[in-house]
Amino acid sequence: MRYHSKILTTAAMLLASASMVQAERMTVVSFGGAYGAAQNEHMIQPFVEATGHEILFEDYSGGIAEISAQVQAGNIQWDVVDIEVIDLERACSEGLLEVIDHSQLPAGVDGTDAADDFIPDALASECGVGVIVWSIVYAYNTENDGPAPQTIADFFDTETFPGPRAMRRRPQVNLEWALIADGVPAEEVYEVLATEEGQERAFASLDRIREDIVWFDSWSQAPQLLNDGGAAMVQSANGRIFSAIQDDGRPFEIVWDNHVYDLDVWAIVAGSDNVDTAMEFINFATGSEPLAGMADVAYGATRLSSAPFVDPAVNSNLPTAHLDTGLKADGIFWADYGESLGERFNEWLLNE
Amino acid sequence: MMKHLPAYYTIWHILGYYGLRLTAYLVLGFLMLPILIIVPLSFNVEPYFSFTQGMLRLDPDAYSLRWYEAIFTDQRWTLSIRNSFFVGALAAILATVLGTIAAVGLSSPVMPAKRLITALLLSPMIVPLIIIAAGMFFFYTGFGLVGSFTGLVMAHAVLGVPFVIITVTATLTGFDRSLFHAGVSMGASPLKVFWDVVIPLIRPGVISGGLFAFVTSFDEVVVVLFLAGPEQRTIPRQMFSGLREQINPTILAVATLLIVISVALLVTLEILRRRSERLRGEAF
Amino acid sequence: MENSLSREDGRNARRELNRRRIAAFALVIPLLVFIFFAFVAPIATILYRSVYNPVVSDLIPETLAALDAAEWDRADVPPDDVLNVFSAELSLLAQERLSGRLAEEINRAIPGMSSVVRSTSRAVRRMEQDTLLSEGGQTLLDANDRWGDVAVWRALQDAGAPYTEDYYLTALDLQRAEDGGIEARDGARIYVTLYTKTLRIALIITILTLILGYPLAYFLANAPSKSANMLMVFVLLPFWTSLLVRTTAWIALLQTNGVVNSFLMSIGVINEPMEILYTQTATILAMTHILLPFMILPLYSVMKGIDPSYLRAAMSMGGRPIPAFVRIYLPMTLPGLSAGALLVFIISVGYYITPALVGGTDGQMISNIIAFHMRESNNWELAAALGSLLLAIILLLYWVYDRFVGAGNIKLG
Repeated sequence: MRYHSKILTTAAMLLASASMVQAERMTVVSFGGAYGAAQNEHMIQPFVEATGHEILFEDYSGGIAEISAQVQAGNIQWDVVDIEVIDLERACSEGLLEVIDHSQLPAGVDGTDAADDFIPDALASECGVGVIVWSIVYAYNTENDGPAPQTIADFFDTETFPGPRAMRRRPQVNLEWALIADGVPAEEVYEVLATEEGQERAFASLDRIREDIVWFDSWSQAPQLLNDGGAAMVQSANGRIFSAIQDDGRPFEIVWDNHVYDLDVWAIVAGSDNVDTAMEFINFATGSEPLAGMADVAYGATRLSSAPFVDPAVNSNLPTAHLDTGLKADGIFWADYGESLGERFNEWLLNE
Repeated sequence: MMKHLPAYYTIWHILGYYGLRLTAYLVLGFLMLPILIIVPLSFNVEPYFSFTQGMLRLDPDAYSLRWYEAIFTDQRWTLSIRNSFFVGALAAILATVLGTIAAVGLSSPVMPAKRLITALLLSPMIVPLIIIAAGMFFFYTGFGLVGSFTGLVMAHAVLGVPFVIITVTATLTGFDRSLFHAGVSMGASPLKVFWDVVIPLIRPGVISGGLFAFVTSFDEVVVVLFLAGPEQRTIPRQMFSGLREQINPTILAVATLLIVISVALLVTLEILRRRSERLRGEAF
Repeated sequence: MENSLSREDGRNARRELNRRRIAAFALVIPLLVFIFFAFVAPIATILYRSVYNPVVSDLIPETLAALDAAEWDRADVPPDDVLNVFSAELSLLAQERLSGRLAEEINRAIPGMSSVVRSTSRAVRRMEQDTLLSEGGQTLLDANDRWGDVAVWRALQDAGAPYTEDYYLTALDLQRAEDGGIEARDGARIYVTLYTKTLRIALIITILTLILGYPLAYFLANAPSKSANMLMVFVLLPFWTSLLVRTTAWIALLQTNGVVNSFLMSIGVINEPMEILYTQTATILAMTHILLPFMILPLYSVMKGIDPSYLRAAMSMGGRPIPAFVRIYLPMTLPGLSAGALLVFIISVGYYITPALVGGTDGQMISNIIAFHMRESNNWELAAALGSLLLAIILLLYWVYDRFVGAGNIKLG
């Protein structure tokens, strides 16, 4: 008995020291705000507690520029990054991300194999593992006077619905909406946007409301702008508005017409020093339960086995409940055109 | 009431006098008000940057210390605070040591190419930070200094050097160099003379130069944006991303603390200035 | 008199002088070495990066060599074997995930080419090298007819030159014409406009600080020294308060529901909140506030040295205040005035933080676009060229400042 307990203590001490040696410090980067808080609660903190690794949890405002700068200059600061699928293809094809072996992802809590448990889009890219299904919508303050906007065309109609519009400062989604507002059917948007005339048309459509646009960089600013009156309508990730309504009791309303839905994935920056720990984190964070936690901010889980952990009351607020009025973001299109349209968009912004 | 105004003053003079007074106070208000306004706002219980009705009624429930608590419970802020002091102190020491020695050389009447070298050493103050930051990003990358404390300390020391040069040179003007040469000719080693004779005389200038260098680093954000990794984030960097992304009154609480630091600094500098004047009075 | 010194004495004196010279210089050496490594070399790197970009020549060396070997005349699309070599190289790049870098570079010369390079590289990615080397040219033309455009090949060859002045052309809104000359760029003049705007904003700020700073400095210089010292604290405290604190204050003041708007609405001056934050006005207002002490301090120290009796004497002799002031006082304050104005102007031309935080789209200055190309579009060479031009402007101003004021006379309060 005494002998056994001695072995046990020794083993425990060895284990403890081993885990201390292995404790790594790595940087995980995501979008902050309500979404970041949910990730912190359901993914970061539980992972830190379970493994003893240390995580610096940073915010960024999306896009591939910062990752690209780190890889080009050869000093990698970030390990794991939450990236929108609309940017993922481009980052992946430029070699900015590590390739992830999807076969080693753990099975769901109900025992379903990862390959069958994840929705197909979540594992579509070899560079990422899906975290959420989310949507870019627009929202307005119900306390404002005047008629309630209902469509994307209304968002672009500043005569009937006066007031500043807040939009994220990048071409993605804005150009899609500009075409839809100009009468292009949603299913033809990317086809039209691939042509020179289509691009002209999209920018001309944006031009019509440019005086009324307030630009922001980070999704966190969207609910703030709506709240402090900086904008009458804001483009936003649906979860930010949801949490402003739900948690802060704000009088906001989401418009689901032609929302652009997309996935976010966890990816590993190419050349990271902590690839193994990063993979360990991704395996942990894309487990059934942590994923279900994203429903706190009305983002859909990417594993089917997460469903039992999600409060059914949230379901009607998830993007998946509105797929019939939505447009799927085309990551391949933006991989090809992100560069050209990005430059053109910036020039358009600078042109007075 | 106008007794103290000269008798030859016409109505225009008098109007001018009070007009000037009024303008001066308005400009002082313009300088001070924006800073003062931050302080009460940092105690706002609501997450806004504006005065609530409750605050205007001086309702105690409208005020709280929650944003101050938020600073010290958020890992990112505590890390930033630690880094800011660490980098600031090291950069100030580096700048002060190199700058003081150089200033002694520069203030020698026989220093060759004095004007050119002074202009070069002061130029980090003039060259736009964005150019300095971009250049350092390109150049330091090759030495693995981007995303390291060493790189950041070096960069901030560069920015602090001009302040050390200016303050130390100022205390050295009129400093009787024959004291130094007398010491050397009496057989003491130059180093000993420097330490025993020169340093005590210029100490106030050295200390205030060091303080300037510290504050420069403590307040610097552009170079940090380019050179620092997540591990090296500093208070200004944290404020900058907060202002760009998520505006909440934690930033105002931090700002209030920084104002307190500025006041302490100003008082220290004033004391040093007076000491320096007194010392010069005694020495010369 | 020289005769009274022996030659020996002269030599000794000279030796002593040289010794002191070397001793003085030796004291400066450690700092000079440090500054050269930590500051001068980085600035030199910027100048170098603005003309040197080896990315394309590293990515497609074979194609560039093939173009040279074929003695291509740049008048028509290059011969088939060059196209074949390029298709094979593009396939390799696609496999190594480097075709995106090429796309990025070509897109800078011909906007819109990025998508052509990317979609073509996807088309050739999985093809055999041998096949491509024999008939890859046709594959290119099938994938996208832009490969049949001679301009694309010209751009490819130009981008392949590691040393180039093209980034300066872009920075000055110029471009290379088809005949090799230089012409104005198609479309709007972006960067020249931005330089002009930056100089204009800096000038407005300089004038504003002068208008606000002059009377205050005059008042402080002529107030009894006790109250002047007290009031000076109100100038120095903002001066030594963190830049970000002051910028934060302006955000709190100017935002839609901020202090200024709520105050003006509560006293009924306006009904609707004004949109000031994120405009050029916000940039000018906040920067004027931040730079005002730089104007006041040199003015104050010059005014302090002027005997007030001059002006008093002029006025007591019946001179009216304004002419007396303009003819007598103003010229005496010119040194302080020019020092302050130059300093404020120099600092505001290169300002980055405040416009970035309060300026919105309209209030951005040249530093902001440099930061944009450094951090968002990753066009580092263009950022370097824009930065070099800005540096040239600043150094010119600094030279003027050093000539007229002396760099060593900067006032720190």
